[in-house]
Amino acid sequence: MKDLLNGWGPTAAVFLPLVGVAVMLAIPKSEETLHKVVALVTSLAVFAVGVALLAEFDYDQTADMQFFVNKTWIEVINSRYIIGIDGISLPLIALTVFIVPLVIIYSWNHFPEPHNPKAFLILILILETGMIGTFVAQDLLRFCGFFELVLLPMYFMIGVYGGEQRKYASLKFFLYTAFGSALMIVSILATYFLSPVNAAGDHTFSMIELANWGAAGNGELVRLTGILVFGGFFMGFGIKVPMFPFHTWLPDAHTQAPTQGSVILAAVLLKLGTYGFVRIAIPIFPEAAIWWAPIIGGLAVFGIIYGALGCLAQTDMKRLIAFSSVAHMGYVMLGIATLTPLGTNAAIFGMVAHGLITGMLFFLAGSVKDRFHTLEIKRLGGLLLQAPRMGWLLGFACMASLGLPGLAGFWGEFPAILSAYQPADGLSEPLFRTFMVIAAIGTVLAAGYLLWLLQRVAFGTPTEEFEKEHIHDMHLTDYLAWVPMIVLILVLGVYPNLLFKITDGAVVHSLRAFAGS
Amino acid sequence: MLASVLAATSGFVRPDLDWHALAPELILTATIVVALFLDVTTSESGKGIVASVSGIGILAAIVPLITLGLDDSSRVMFDGAYVVDDFALVLKGVFLVAAYLTILLSTNAIAEGDYHEGEYYLLLVSAVLGMTVMASARDLISIFIALEMLSIPAYLLASWRKRAKTGIEGGMKYYLMGVFASAIMLYGMSLIFGGTGSTLLTDVGAAVSGTFGDSPVAVLGIIFTLVGFAFKVSAVPFHNWAPDTYEGAPTPVTAFLSVASKTAGFVAILQLVFIGFLGQADTIRPFMFVLAALTMTVGNVIALRQTNVVRLFAYSSVAQAGFILAPLAVVSATDGDTMAKILSSVVLYLVVYTVMNLGAFAVIIAVSRRTQSGEITSWAGLFTYAPGLAVAMGAFLFGLGGIPPAAGWFAKFQLFGAVLSDGSASAYAMAVIMAVNSVISLAYYLGLMRTMFMDDALDGDVTPIRTPVPLVAAVGITVVATIVLGVMPGLVADLADGATFAFLPGQ
Repeated sequence: MKDLLNGWGPTAAVFLPLVGVAVMLAIPKSEETLHKVVALVTSLAVFAVGVALLAEFDYDQTADMQFFVNKTWIEVINSRYIIGIDGISLPLIALTVFIVPLVIIYSWNHFPEPHNPKAFLILILILETGMIGTFVAQDLLRFCGFFELVLLPMYFMIGVYGGEQRKYASLKFFLYTAFGSALMIVSILATYFLSPVNAAGDHTFSMIELANWGAAGNGELVRLTGILVFGGFFMGFGIKVPMFPFHTWLPDAHTQAPTQGSVILAAVLLKLGTYGFVRIAIPIFPEAAIWWAPIIGGLAVFGIIYGALGCLAQTDMKRLIAFSSVAHMGYVMLGIATLTPLGTNAAIFGMVAHGLITGMLFFLAGSVKDRFHTLEIKRLGGLLLQAPRMGWLLGFACMASLGLPGLAGFWGEFPAILSAYQPADGLSEPLFRTFMVIAAIGTVLAAGYLLWLLQRVAFGTPTEEFEKEHIHDMHLTDYLAWVPMIVLILVLGVYPNLLFKITDGAVVHSLRAFAGS
Repeated sequence: MLASVLAATSGFVRPDLDWHALAPELILTATIVVALFLDVTTSESGKGIVASVSGIGILAAIVPLITLGLDDSSRVMFDGAYVVDDFALVLKGVFLVAAYLTILLSTNAIAEGDYHEGEYYLLLVSAVLGMTVMASARDLISIFIALEMLSIPAYLLASWRKRAKTGIEGGMKYYLMGVFASAIMLYGMSLIFGGTGSTLLTDVGAAVSGTFGDSPVAVLGIIFTLVGFAFKVSAVPFHNWAPDTYEGAPTPVTAFLSVASKTAGFVAILQLVFIGFLGQADTIRPFMFVLAALTMTVGNVIALRQTNVVRLFAYSSVAQAGFILAPLAVVSATDGDTMAKILSSVVLYLVVYTVMNLGAFAVIIAVSRRTQSGEITSWAGLFTYAPGLAVAMGAFLFGLGGIPPAAGWFAKFQLFGAVLSDGSASAYAMAVIMAVNSVISLAYYLGLMRTMFMDDALDGDVTPIRTPVPLVAAVGITVVATIVLGVMPGLVADLADGATFAFLPGQ
């Protein structure tokens, strides 16, 4: 078992969804149930591979690349098929393989218009390949390929299955992220040509070797060059996160995307950006990272406040949740910007927690939309009376999102704020302590907008419009899709070490270039 | 009088002819003769045979290419004026494949339209013959002859829609601009010949690297010659003819012009720059930088506003030409590694671009059979009534935009790699310009995607498209190639890597 996983585990996780796609392509469009079953079985098979990887992972050596494979791919440019999993990528892979089956279960009776389960499920499976691939890739070119592969299915998911402004939103989403990726490709190539040559006289795309090069001080790299190359990565990842001021695609994309699209977008896609910072930009160019950290930190806290104020101004439930993502990703980026193990651990925890909680919130928003055919907060109210279970769940998710201790959200936010008190050597302490204060104020605002949302949607009495209507509470598929997420939010909240234990070793290893960490 | 002429010619010795090396050209020539014979002997309804014979002839010409490739030796004729090296073989292959696909695109369109049918294929094969000669021409005069051989049939083909005003106008524009460009180019060549005393590119290369290279007349000659070919590849500001010509010409001809004819221009530029003018890299770099940056930016920005799909592709192909020119902005006389990268990346891009663009035009032809219109709005809802064509078009558009897994991404990546391998500030500036332009180009490629996948069909008309077999074959070949080359780019990357010049000055 161990041997098989070592050679094939991550590869199987990446490419199994495509096998499912191939099978589905061969089945005629009218066999809807069969399509659903094939998609679900495929995603469960991937989940099983994920569980096997989790089980076989050596938790004492999280800093090492495990299940490591290194084969030639495109020899001409010395790009190799290098994949591996360490403590940083494992939680995110687990999150991905966990979320996708839930999304498919939720979809069972909730296919958005135009109803076409075959195409829709194929898009989800292709997305899964792209997401897992990004997290296991240890070669910059592979990473870049998977990173961009994700754009295609998401573009169609928003553009075909989305709301009224879907065409505008999908194009905006695509162009924004493609712009970032284009600059990222320039940086990837620059990194390649700047990297030291090996014995055979070749440069390298291997992220592991590049990180070692970074930890050793980047050799004779000119400081300004490093800063500029980091700038390219910053654009690529920062737009994906999204950081203020590149966030404007996010509310549109989220609002217009179908529920399933929103959930995947919030749960996994945004993490590709933050993961890129942790995995690529910072370890490879530590010196440039110190130059950029105050800027990243500043934009992060600006995003926290801006996102929170944006939330307070929203009249649409889904748009509000989208803006709250901007704020939450601000905490993640603040943690990363401190360049300390504490901050980065918090950031990874924040990624997972935000994925679960915001995913949950989008599920709920989708269900509300399903039942009331509107998400305008003004027209909603009294959810607790009409659909008490959904109402309570909304309360639970809001509490988790605002960072209530005992639920997962807390462990993403609190240590991130704490870490800003003592950033890595070379960063200005007063500046980061100012960030800390601002970020702390942000948590108050978060409580404000989330509780206000809860109050307006769940409390009170139903509006006249829906008074007489019978609102169906949770369906069976809702239970199946949501219970695992709720359990996980609780478990991680009560026992955060479950995750910190995995990430810590890898994080410390990846930040070995920074003194004082 | 006569005696003196005879005396002068009696010293004439027939140069050695390598029949194997000339086999592709000879087969094409034979094809032209047979096609001409068939054209005059068959009745008006039986012209299909000319198309078949042309197609078979072109395929047959590929056979000696393969044997020559396996033979693995460079063959030189006419004192180095005509060379069959790996570069020539790969590019000849590209031309022949492009020509074969063009014939697949043409069969139904030309037979069903109000066109002269037999002559069409005759001219097409003649143009291809010129292109194959171009790939081997290593002498100013043979380059010029090859250019005229491929251009003159193209002028005629461009105005093949004889009853449409736009057709005549487009053809006329193409002709006048082309002749004008030829004149400028010839003037440039004459300056170079005057200074070097030789038309052989290797001799020119040696002279340009020497003292002649520093004289103003050499710079002038180099610029004029390159400007001539800038017209051919429709680089801004010499691109004005392209949109009108592309729109006016029959769509298969447009496909041919935007791919094969353009590639021939690039082949000439590569040969001139790599073998002839490299000594003046300091002149070529800024010239190409401006040319490439302008071409891709202007092409992309204007493409954003197009409402006609053929015009959209006209400007898109202008922009793509800018991308292909970009690596030439970092040529250097001393850095052999960079030069090898530039050559292989440009060749790779030409190969991949040929496949993707021809595929896109195949879909355009298939769709316009139903809609009888080139307007982008008429593409609305294509996915609902022709999912296969829509998905294929999607692959081509993503490929042209450089999104994996379609083939374009790796080729574009290699272009970036070639530019950045230079490492200078201007190289980074070029890379950023290219990155920004990639995104602009996605805007209009995605605009077309949106129309196909997300808009509702016009008037709710969802009768399916009946696509004739040759078109299906063309779309099938290109779409498979696009995906396979995207997932396993090593297949052509090796080919492009091997496509090197056999003789460079100083070797």
